Amino acid sequence: MATMLRVFLLLLSLLSITAPAFSLYEDQVGLADWHQKYIGKVKDAVFHTQKTGRKRVVVSTEENVIASLDLRHGEIFWRHVLGPNDAIDGIDIAMSKYVITLSSEGSILRAWNLPDGQMVWESFLQGPYSSKSSLLVPASLRVDKDNVILAFGKGCIHAISAIHGDTLWKKDLEADSFEIQYMIQASDSDVIHLVGFVGSSEFDSYTFDAKSGELLKHDSAAIPGGYSGQAALVSSNTLVVMDSAGSTVTTISFHDGKVTFNQTPVSTLIEDFVGKAIILASKLEGLFSVKTGTLTLFVRATVEGKLEVVNKVDYATAVSDLLAISEDRQAFAFVHSRSNDIDLTVKLGADWNHDLLKESVKMDQERGSVKKVFINNYIRTDRSHGFRALIVMEDHSLLLVQQGAIVWSREDALASVIDVKTSELPVEKKGVSVAKVEETLFEWLQGHVLKLKGTLMLASPDDMAAIQALRLKASGKSKMTRDHNGFRKLLIVLTKAGKIFALHTGDGRIIWSRLLNSLRQSATCEAPTGLNLFPWHVPHHHALDENPSVLVVSRCGPSDDALGLLSFVDTYTGKELSSASLDHSVVQVIPLPFMDSTEQRLHLLIDASGQAHLYPKTSYALSIFRSELSNVYWYSVEVETGIIKGYALKEKASDNYSFDTRSIWSIVFPSESEKIIKSSTRKSNEVVHTQAKVIADQDAMFKYISKNLLFVATVAPKASGDMGSSTPEESWLIVYLIDTITGRILQRMTHHGAQGPVEAVVSENWVIYHYFNLRAHRYEMSVIEIYDQSRADNKDVWKLILGKHNLTSPVSSYSRPEVMTRSQSYFFTHSVKSIAVTSTAKGITSKQLLIGTVGDQVLALDKRFLDPRRSVNPTQAEKEEGIIPLTDSLPIIPQSYVTHALKVEGLRGIETVPAKLESTTLIFAYGVDLFFTRFAPSRTYDSLTEDFSYALLLLTIVALVAAIFITWILSEKKELRDKWR
Amino acid sequence: MASIARWRPALLILLLQFFLLVRSPVLAISPGSVDGYTINGRIKIPVAKGFGAPVKISNVKVILNGGQNVTFLRPDGYFSFHNVPAGTHLIEVSATGYFFSPVRVDVSARFPGKVQAALTENRRGLTELVLEPLREEYYYEIREPFSIMSLVKSPMGLMIGFMLVVVFLMPKLMENMDPEEMKRAQEEMRNQGIPSLSNFLQPAAAAATARSG
Repeated sequence: MATMLRVFLLLLSLLSITAPAFSLYEDQVGLADWHQKYIGKVKDAVFHTQKTGRKRVVVSTEENVIASLDLRHGEIFWRHVLGPNDAIDGIDIAMSKYVITLSSEGSILRAWNLPDGQMVWESFLQGPYSSKSSLLVPASLRVDKDNVILAFGKGCIHAISAIHGDTLWKKDLEADSFEIQYMIQASDSDVIHLVGFVGSSEFDSYTFDAKSGELLKHDSAAIPGGYSGQAALVSSNTLVVMDSAGSTVTTISFHDGKVTFNQTPVSTLIEDFVGKAIILASKLEGLFSVKTGTLTLFVRATVEGKLEVVNKVDYATAVSDLLAISEDRQAFAFVHSRSNDIDLTVKLGADWNHDLLKESVKMDQERGSVKKVFINNYIRTDRSHGFRALIVMEDHSLLLVQQGAIVWSREDALASVIDVKTSELPVEKKGVSVAKVEETLFEWLQGHVLKLKGTLMLASPDDMAAIQALRLKASGKSKMTRDHNGFRKLLIVLTKAGKIFALHTGDGRIIWSRLLNSLRQSATCEAPTGLNLFPWHVPHHHALDENPSVLVVSRCGPSDDALGLLSFVDTYTGKELSSASLDHSVVQVIPLPFMDSTEQRLHLLIDASGQAHLYPKTSYALSIFRSELSNVYWYSVEVETGIIKGYALKEKASDNYSFDTRSIWSIVFPSESEKIIKSSTRKSNEVVHTQAKVIADQDAMFKYISKNLLFVATVAPKASGDMGSSTPEESWLIVYLIDTITGRILQRMTHHGAQGPVEAVVSENWVIYHYFNLRAHRYEMSVIEIYDQSRADNKDVWKLILGKHNLTSPVSSYSRPEVMTRSQSYFFTHSVKSIAVTSTAKGITSKQLLIGTVGDQVLALDKRFLDPRRSVNPTQAEKEEGIIPLTDSLPIIPQSYVTHALKVEGLRGIETVPAKLESTTLIFAYGVDLFFTRFAPSRTYDSLTEDFSYALLLLTIVALVAAIFITWILSEKKELRDKWR
Repeated sequence: MASIARWRPALLILLLQFFLLVRSPVLAISPGSVDGYTINGRIKIPVAKGFGAPVKISNVKVILNGGQNVTFLRPDGYFSFHNVPAGTHLIEVSATGYFFSPVRVDVSARFPGKVQAALTENRRGLTELVLEPLREEYYYEIREPFSIMSLVKSPMGLMIGFMLVVVFLMPKLMENMDPEEMKRAQEEMRNQGIPSLSNFLQPAAAAATARSG
């Protein structure tokens, strides 16, 4: 019997090794997963509508994406995500078939084929300095039948052939701090003007012959009063700037080699002017806009340099560039956002009094104010001009407005996710179904006919799609209530735009979205940035009528010492319950395992000066916290100085809710040999099922399980730069396992000839980290498992009976248990962007690593491949336990990519959330794209698979019942015959 | 050329490969400006014969040093990295549906123009920087075509099969038995009083008749 069992176990383990745990049939795509494509906040847009055929708009975004969008529906035709250091500075369309992009501070110029996005050519522009860059595609300029593209970057101007990307000519301006403002082609001539500034006081203008590259003229003049910020171009030879004090407008005209200045104080334009005024960068004809506080002024500049205010607006305003609508007429648009709607006005050139178009569009308040507008025209059937406007809103969303209505909109804030938390959905109330599906009898019949067609293999592809949709609907995965398996949840997503979204895990649709008022730019808070989300209020089982809420922590600027902001958001409705501007900064937020009387989670906020502040500020919370004060510790990792410090709290008399901290330990890394590049801890909500690990020969090992385990990786300072910059001899990687309560270093290990970047994940009693091995020139992954030796002799039954064991002694950081670590390293093929580990409800299911590869895919890798007990020839007993023979590299099985054939472009993070079903974990991967799926690390052992055939089961039961009756009748008859005999 | 490339990328690559075989091998590393070198290379993707749609060349990315630089392919499959400092670098290729080995490229300051490239997966050296996929990747399980055997092998099938055996084959076996022996066996069974289905149902039936009568 025992051998039988062993054989069975062996078979089972072999089976589970060979077959990847995650595998999907092609027709199952989209049943449990969804994928959404985004582009990010649009920086620049170029329309392409001249020709018949598909109308499109090409956009570049702050996520370094270049994309071609369908102008009719807003869908993506094609899209490319450039590298993280390859920010796009300018885009344009050349020869109406290539999209030209200038990126990497003006050093890379690429041409993309407009219909399909294939890169056609790439040019590398070199120059001695780094500077602002600018791109100009002159409409009518040709050199030897070749269209010319002019690009300024790195202090040089380049003329590039549009057909094959060769440099036609190049000119070094020999001015190392020249900051270009505009590159202007004088109307229908081959003369190019470059205007810009050197420092904050000198104006420079260069004039080139675009055909030969000859420098025709160079003018330079000091600006009286200096210059600040942006400049507006009002004609091809007039520039308007604001002086450094922000109180005088300087008009610079550069004409025929003369540079003249004309100064007008802002106070003459507007009576009660105080503070600083800003000129908005624009390229209009005889017009520019000045922003003073909340007011936006439109100012007309005449040829003589006179300025007059033509309009004052009290709302946020965006102005488009000039658009040529016919041979000699140009139009521009500006958009105001008022409280509930936006006004789009299109005006003709310098003619302020005449409106070409004036429209008002209802706008969702959650989109904030208008940030950018791009316009395009079309000819209506009555030969008049129609206009469409592409509008970028404060929440990074992109809208197309045409004929007074929003044609389409894209929620592109979701391309910049900062943090994700999940929230349970409301429980289904009896009698009232939240997602009530109204179905008529006809629809019901239709559905059944379709299904019948499908089973009889008569369905067309359209019908199949309809059946799939019906199946999805029937599975109820997008219902707004909690389900038995815990698959349906809300993903609460915080984005860079300061907008919070709630996405349904079933189909990824947006349930609600909220632009947080506290995260909007204001006078008191210049650049608010969101930091983290924390579950604030999670009602327990008996208080389900209460809505859960999340805490949004943000701060007023990019630096650590900026003041903090808190906001509390209801996760069912998205309502901002309350918000608070803090009088201290937020460096670290520690969620405490305590609740106050209203079930609000206690949080400790650490500010830059090392003070700790308790939230919520209630007396009950304080009383709980006081009693636990001596048990609260925290630590900080100071990367710059290379110090890790541990702190405890002490009471402060003056303010009740803030506490002083005292340093209790510190680890100082020698700065000449070690530099911290990564620190990582266990997820605080991770569940561990058992501390003991039974190994092959009926033996047990005890895992060292501590919530206070910190993994730190340091590298040699020489090797901290880019790859390829250091030799194996001068680089090393040292990893530490540190107990954060006592500062005890549990393990220190050195990898010689290794270098970062390091990605790491800590779970249960192990750490897995990924780094680069310079000697082998391959990536490696290492695992460290840590075991508690002080419990190792608890295996004796007699000791257990006699009570001579220490199993009941609490796990504490104060006791210094003997630990034993085991480690092993393997090669891994790809670069890694992020590593996560699956988490399940009870922690029984075996773990799989989720590796975000450089190709933006997520690979699931069984933890058993990273087991330090692997050996080349495992014994029979070890094989039965499921130990895989040692190989030097980790396998990559294509079927175990959880993202299957999809890519999560610009992957930044992977979040795992346990479902209620023990076998299953929910995976959310985010970057420029979003991807969600359900994943069973050890297959769905606790539920039937989706393709389980209920029909066959029913058929079998019916057949069995029928058989029972037939045999009964037969036997009756036989018995009767026997009796007659 | 661009329009041809749009429609027939695979064909074009093949054509180009042919031409390039005739031509001298392409220079992989060329000295650039003072601060860096240029790495030129080519990706060769065979015409897809196996699963799925052929990979679009426009969706292939070439990644230097784990994301430091990212570049795309030209229609002819060429790529280049500019301004690369001397040292040892790693090039990775991301193409959905294909597995590429990362390539180690040595950019030498002393011998500009010298090519030193090797696949890190199998340590094979490359004389020129032409990268080919090691294998195709298919991300889905292949569904077994419907067969009677799979139905029979499923638990339900086995149940039905067993039942059929009991119902139809067992009586046949009984018939083939020697009548003498059969009688003896029946006798034995009666004596042992194994409750048969009919026996089990008889009292209930009797009770029913009694009630109706």
